[in-house]
Amino acid sequence: MAYSLLEGNEAIARGAVAAGCRFFAGYPITPATTIYQSMLNLLPPLGGICLQGEDEIASIGFCLGASMAGLKVMTATSGPGISLYSENISFAIGSEIPIVIIDVQRLGPSTGSATRGADGDINFLRWGSSGGLPVIVLAPVDVKDCFILTMHAFNLAEEFRCPVFVASNKEIGMTRESIDLQGLDTPDIVERSAAPSDQPLVPFHVDRGQAVPNFLPIGDNVLVRQTSSTHGADGYITTDSAAIARNQERLKKKLLSAIDRFSFHEVYSTKNADTLLIAFGVSARAAKAVFKEQERQGKPISLLVLKTLWPVPENVIRHAARNARRIVVVEMNLGQYVREIKRILPQNPVVFCGQMDGRLITPARITETIDNE
Amino acid sequence: MNSLLNADRPPVFCPGCTHERITHTLDQAFQKMGLAGHQIVIVSDIGCSGLFDIFFHTHAMHGLHGRALTYAAGLKMARPELNVAVTMGDGGQGIGGTHLLAACRRNIDLTLLILNNFNFGMTGGQFSATTPPEAQLGSGFLTALERPLDICEVARSAGAPYVRRCSGFDKNLAREIQSAIEYEGFSVMDIWGICPGRYTKKNRLSPKMIDDALAKLPPLEGIIPENVRPEYGQHYRQMAADQNKVPEPAVISNQYKAPQTGRQEVILLGSAGQRIITAGELLCIAGLTAGLKTTQKNEYNITVLRGPSISELILSPEEIDFSGIDNPTVVVALDQEGVDRRRDLFEHLAINALIIQISGVSLPASKARIHQVDLKNQGIKRTDWALASLAVLAKLKKVIQPQMLEAALKIRFKGNALDSSLKLVKQVKTGKEA
Repeated sequence: MAYSLLEGNEAIARGAVAAGCRFFAGYPITPATTIYQSMLNLLPPLGGICLQGEDEIASIGFCLGASMAGLKVMTATSGPGISLYSENISFAIGSEIPIVIIDVQRLGPSTGSATRGADGDINFLRWGSSGGLPVIVLAPVDVKDCFILTMHAFNLAEEFRCPVFVASNKEIGMTRESIDLQGLDTPDIVERSAAPSDQPLVPFHVDRGQAVPNFLPIGDNVLVRQTSSTHGADGYITTDSAAIARNQERLKKKLLSAIDRFSFHEVYSTKNADTLLIAFGVSARAAKAVFKEQERQGKPISLLVLKTLWPVPENVIRHAARNARRIVVVEMNLGQYVREIKRILPQNPVVFCGQMDGRLITPARITETIDNE
Repeated sequence: MNSLLNADRPPVFCPGCTHERITHTLDQAFQKMGLAGHQIVIVSDIGCSGLFDIFFHTHAMHGLHGRALTYAAGLKMARPELNVAVTMGDGGQGIGGTHLLAACRRNIDLTLLILNNFNFGMTGGQFSATTPPEAQLGSGFLTALERPLDICEVARSAGAPYVRRCSGFDKNLAREIQSAIEYEGFSVMDIWGICPGRYTKKNRLSPKMIDDALAKLPPLEGIIPENVRPEYGQHYRQMAADQNKVPEPAVISNQYKAPQTGRQEVILLGSAGQRIITAGELLCIAGLTAGLKTTQKNEYNITVLRGPSISELILSPEEIDFSGIDNPTVVVALDQEGVDRRRDLFEHLAINALIIQISGVSLPASKARIHQVDLKNQGIKRTDWALASLAVLAKLKKVIQPQMLEAALKIRFKGNALDSSLKLVKQVKTGKEA
């Protein structure tokens, strides 16, 4: 096996290109800037487009325009930029515009610490848009995940016509790591399903048996309407409350009913283990070290590493927890995703192990929680 | 050519609204140009100007307030053959001011039609970026406190190559819109009109008054010669075509044997400007040449050439889980700032840990072995100390050995940088045990 040395951010850029991304727009922000730099190196020689917006709002706006023109698009930022993306995230949700959004999280609140890591945006990504409809959030653990999950993010954005977030972290994005690029198990590429190009398009019409409208790009011969307003199937403003309710329900269900198909995770289960450790992102690396150490010491635990955070992969979580008495949730924040775990597993004691000081949660800290709480 | 107006959806503007007149004029312009609906996208903003896309049989994109120019830019870059007409109000110029400035500076071939009626009509007549302070509006006395913006002068000074200020009642308006659309670059038309639903409830404004007001301003009739330059998209494609393809990441084959067998943790404690991160990368690459797995986690402040710079490196034959360093095998003390940032680390160092102490750096107490090197006396520049410290490790056969380092340099550097770094690592003297 021969390795390359790659940082998480470059792996995201390369995964995006491998998935067919040909349009990137971003605004410089630590710790996400090297994604923009990598896309600037990668896209132009491929005939792709890489732009620097005048701000984050423009950057995501460029992407939404280009996505409606038929390109696979991506933008990348950190917490302060996600804040500025919010209105356009809602647009992409409600008007079903495929886009991949990378959040290389840094310590907040607000401008916080540009060069310190955190997982403080996990609930913000889910809930930080008007309307409150579901989104997809994937969370890489390492450089390999950065590559593969970004490819999955594009596939999901295309299939479900929605924004898909990759919730990275300074400690993944700007960490270099050995990676076997030849040995990557990459997914097949998914394209958005096209409407017939020889008849007028009803832009938000959904065929029986489909959850998502077919797509045609703005600029081809068939006219396409896109609007951020509450719309009927024809893409014009509607006040028909039954049609509105039907559409909102569909936007919700298209993701919630399919979550079992994209519940990315790793599970290390040990028979008769009393404790199930649940972790995601960079903290899952410390959790894995703890899992191995506990095994060595003859005090085995089980470990669930979640790589799809939203919609909540409830079946995966329930299944992993089926024999555990106690659940320990590790997060690089003061307690966000743990709320979901408590909601799904009301019968289990759920212990929280969190930290928000710019440092990694160490294996020792997790072990202490397991031993003492 | 046929009208591109949507017969099923006639305009729904207030009686007497200039927007309705402009809707028909825009259709006439499209007809004069002989355009079919699919050759056009209307990108509309928020407010009454945001209704425009509905009345036409063209491609349409309607989004958030003030952001129309951003969607339009993405569409035009992706589809250079499209005619992109952006309809915004005076309100959109205020909230989207930064996008207007950037669009003028960027010069993508978009046509911005500003339906300027001096107030926010849809929300009840509040002042906008162009409202005269004497106007009587829903925003009460606040209206009097702000100075209106001359959008055209702003656009001109921001670099728009085509700016025209005109009345919505201008009988040549269709031809003027046509020449703005036909211009290959960013064109701005500031079209003044009347909002009967709100503005003229308490303020007098007539076509004649608009003409008189326009006549008092310096005329702007299209091309701004000093701003004429290549269109952004064409320029972009031309420059992008000259960009070389980036090579795939180097695949580093396992060809050497590392001096130690187990997991090695190295921490470089230095300061910005010492090329700590590059040295860390080299150590990782050296590890890869021995088939090891590696991670490099860095810590630095937001300042660029000031402050501590720290790199934590793990080289291991096993999978590396936690990427932080609890128990370093080697600490390289390159600068006081780095050492001070991680003072806590020293008291926990194991007895068999090794500290490489560069002369001039003072160390907190620890049980570790200390190896001292004076790099300054060897005539090595401070910017090369981190690299030199790797040479010391290689020569001491600690974590890496000389062949691994040499191979790493050959992978990472080319030309002069390679020659000088190879020379440097050969010349470094290893110093002595303290």
